[in-house]
Amino acid sequence: MTSTLLFEQLLNGLQFGVMLFLMAAGLTLVFGVMGLINLAHGALYMVGAFACAVVATWTGSFWLGLAASLVAAAAAGALVEMLVIRRLYKRDHLDQVLATYALILIFSEGTRWLFGSFPLFLNVPEILSGPINLPGGLQYPLYRFALIIIGFLVAIGLYLLISKTRLGIRIRAGESDRDMIAALGIDIRLLYTIVFALGAALAGFAGALVGAIQSVQVGMGEPVLILAFVVIVIGGIGSIKGALVGAILVGVVDTMGRFLLPSLFKLFMENSAATSVGSALASMLIYIVMAFILVIKPKGLFPANG
Amino acid sequence: MSKLDILKAGLVGLSLCLAGTATADPVKVGMITTLTGGGSGLGIDVRDGFMLAVKQAGNKDLEVVIEDDARKPALAVQIADKMIQSEKVDILTGIIWSNLAMAVIPSTTAQGKIYISPNAGPSALAGKGCNPNYFNVAYQNDNLHEAMGAYATKAGYKKSFIMAPNYPAGKDSLTGFKRFYKGEVVGEVYTKLGQNDYAAEIAQIRASGAENVFIFLPGGMGIAFMKQYAQSGVDIPVMGPAFSFDQGILQAVGSAAIGVKNSSHWSKDLDTAANRAFVEGFKAEYGRLPSLYAVQGFDAASLILSAMDKASIKDADAFKAALKEGKIVSPRGSFKFGNNQHPIQTIYVREVIKEGDIYTNKVVDVAFEDHQDAYASACEMK
Repeated sequence: MTSTLLFEQLLNGLQFGVMLFLMAAGLTLVFGVMGLINLAHGALYMVGAFACAVVATWTGSFWLGLAASLVAAAAAGALVEMLVIRRLYKRDHLDQVLATYALILIFSEGTRWLFGSFPLFLNVPEILSGPINLPGGLQYPLYRFALIIIGFLVAIGLYLLISKTRLGIRIRAGESDRDMIAALGIDIRLLYTIVFALGAALAGFAGALVGAIQSVQVGMGEPVLILAFVVIVIGGIGSIKGALVGAILVGVVDTMGRFLLPSLFKLFMENSAATSVGSALASMLIYIVMAFILVIKPKGLFPANG
Repeated sequence: MSKLDILKAGLVGLSLCLAGTATADPVKVGMITTLTGGGSGLGIDVRDGFMLAVKQAGNKDLEVVIEDDARKPALAVQIADKMIQSEKVDILTGIIWSNLAMAVIPSTTAQGKIYISPNAGPSALAGKGCNPNYFNVAYQNDNLHEAMGAYATKAGYKKSFIMAPNYPAGKDSLTGFKRFYKGEVVGEVYTKLGQNDYAAEIAQIRASGAENVFIFLPGGMGIAFMKQYAQSGVDIPVMGPAFSFDQGILQAVGSAAIGVKNSSHWSKDLDTAANRAFVEGFKAEYGRLPSLYAVQGFDAASLILSAMDKASIKDADAFKAALKEGKIVSPRGSFKFGNNQHPIQTIYVREVIKEGDIYTNKVVDVAFEDHQDAYASACEMK
C-alpha cells in the first residue's frame, strides 16, 4: 500500500462527502427552518439528473443541462411546497413522513412513465473528461476534482448567504422563532417556499453532477437520501456547518472503510473470508460511527439551537 | 376431374383435419416476468422475444397469459399460485431473477406443472435439485463467468483483479471465473449491491498492478462503473459477462464501453440464417435491436411449439420427452439439453463496437464449444 493510493482514496472520500453535503444542506435547512421531514428530497435529486440528461442530449451542452437541473428541481420543489408540503407544517412528523413518502412514489412512477425504465445517457463534459496529474505522480479524474471544488464553492456561497444577507437573517430567525418572525411582518409562507426551492435546487444540482459519472435512472435518489439523513443526524439537525462536517466525515469514513477494512481482516483471516467480512463491516461502518457520535453528543456535532 | 376424385380429395382433406385436431390439444402458458421497476428492460425483452416466436408460428392452440412480478418474490409466488390454480395453465415461464426463480420453481414443479426458464439458472436447480419438470433454455448462472475465466487464461493474462456485488449471484460469479482461470488473482473485491460510486475500487485497481479486470456488475451498477473507469485514466482492459454489456444497457454507457470483451451464448452478428431472420424479424416487429434476453424468450417459445408438434400436453411424459429433445432452430446456433435439462452450448467472446450511431457487440473469439455446467454430474436424471 502506497501513500499515493491513500491520498487518492482521501480525495475520493472528500469528493463523495461534498456531494453528500449538497443533498444534506437542503434537507437540514428544510428541517431546521420548517420542522419538516422531507423524504421526497431524493426525488428532487432524481428530477435534477433527468432534467440535465434530457436537456444535455437535446442541446448537446452539459452546461445548459446543469442550468436546467437547477431550474427544474427548484420549480418542482416550489410546486410541491405550495401544493402539498404547506398543509403539513402543523401536522406531526408521522403525517409528514407518510405524505412525502407518497411523493417519492408519485415522482418515481411519473418519471418512469415519461422516460421509461432504461437508464438515460449523460456524460461528463468534454472539457472536464479524462485524468489530471496531481503532484506526487498521482493521476486523478479531472471531473471528480472539479466536483470537490464546486462542492466547496457552494458551501462558501451558502455560508455567505446565511450569514451575510437579509434572506439569511430571515432564515436564521425562522429557525429560532417562527411565530415571532411572522409577528414582525415577514411573509413566512413566501420564506418557506424560497427555502424549500433552494434546498430542492441544491439536491437537483447534486443529482445532475453525480448523474454524469453514475447512472441516471428511476430510484437513484433514495440510497443517497438515507446517507444524507445520516449526515444531518451526525452534524446536528438544522446546522449547515454540521452538514458540511458530517458529510465529509461520512464520505471519508465510508470510502476508507471500504478500502481498508478488507485489508485489515486479511492480516489474521483467510483471503476470501476477509474480503466478505470486511465488505460487510464496511457497509455498516458509517452507522456505527453515527451511533458512537450520538452516544457522546446526542444532538449531533453542531446542534443548531444550542 | 371426376366426381369420385373430388370425393376422394374431400375425404383426404377431412381426415387431415381430423388428424390435426387429434394431436393439437391447446396449451396454456403463464408468463411471470419483470415488466415494471428496476430491471424491467430484461423482462420486456424476454416477453417480446417469446411473443415474436408465437406470432411467427401462428399456432392457434397456444395461449399465453402475461403478468408483471415487479421483481418482487412474494408477488411472483402469488401470481404463480393464481395461474396454476384458477387459470389452469399447463406451463409457467418468464422469471428473470434467481431469487424469484427459487421462490416459484420448486413449488411449481412439485405441483406437476412444467417450468421453462428463459433466464435465471440458479445452481441449486442444476445439480442435486434438478427436476424432470424444470427446463432451462438460457444458461446455468455460472456459465458466462466461467467463459470469461477461460478466455482470460487463453489470452495470457497472469494477474486479474475481480469484482462483484456482495450477494449470492456475485459470489457464484467470482467462483465461476476462478474455476477456469489459471493465473493469479491480485485483488478480489465485493461491493455493496446497488453501489453507484466506484472511486475507491478504481483506486485499488490502479494500485493493484493487474493485467486485466473482471467485473460482474449487472444493470445500473455496470453503467456507473464503466463511466467512472473511463474518466480515471486507468487503462487496464475490462472484461465481464454479457449482462453489463448487452444491447439495452450499452447506449447508456456510451463510448466508455468500446473495446470491452464480454462473454455471451448469443451475438447479433452470428452468421446463421436463423439468427439473421430473428434479428430482422425482431427489428421489424419492435423497432429496436434484440438482446440476449429476447433470444432466450424466443427459444423458450420455440421449445414449447416444437413439443406441441410432437406430443399432446395431456400425455405429460411424452410432452416432456419432446421438450427434452430440444429440437429448436435457435438464433444461437447449436442447442441441446444436457442430462439436467440445462443447455449444452457454445459460449462466445464478444467485443463492444460502434456501428453507425449504435453501440453493439461483435464476436471475436470462442470461449467454449459445447460447454456443459459444472453441476450436471450431481443431477440424477439421465
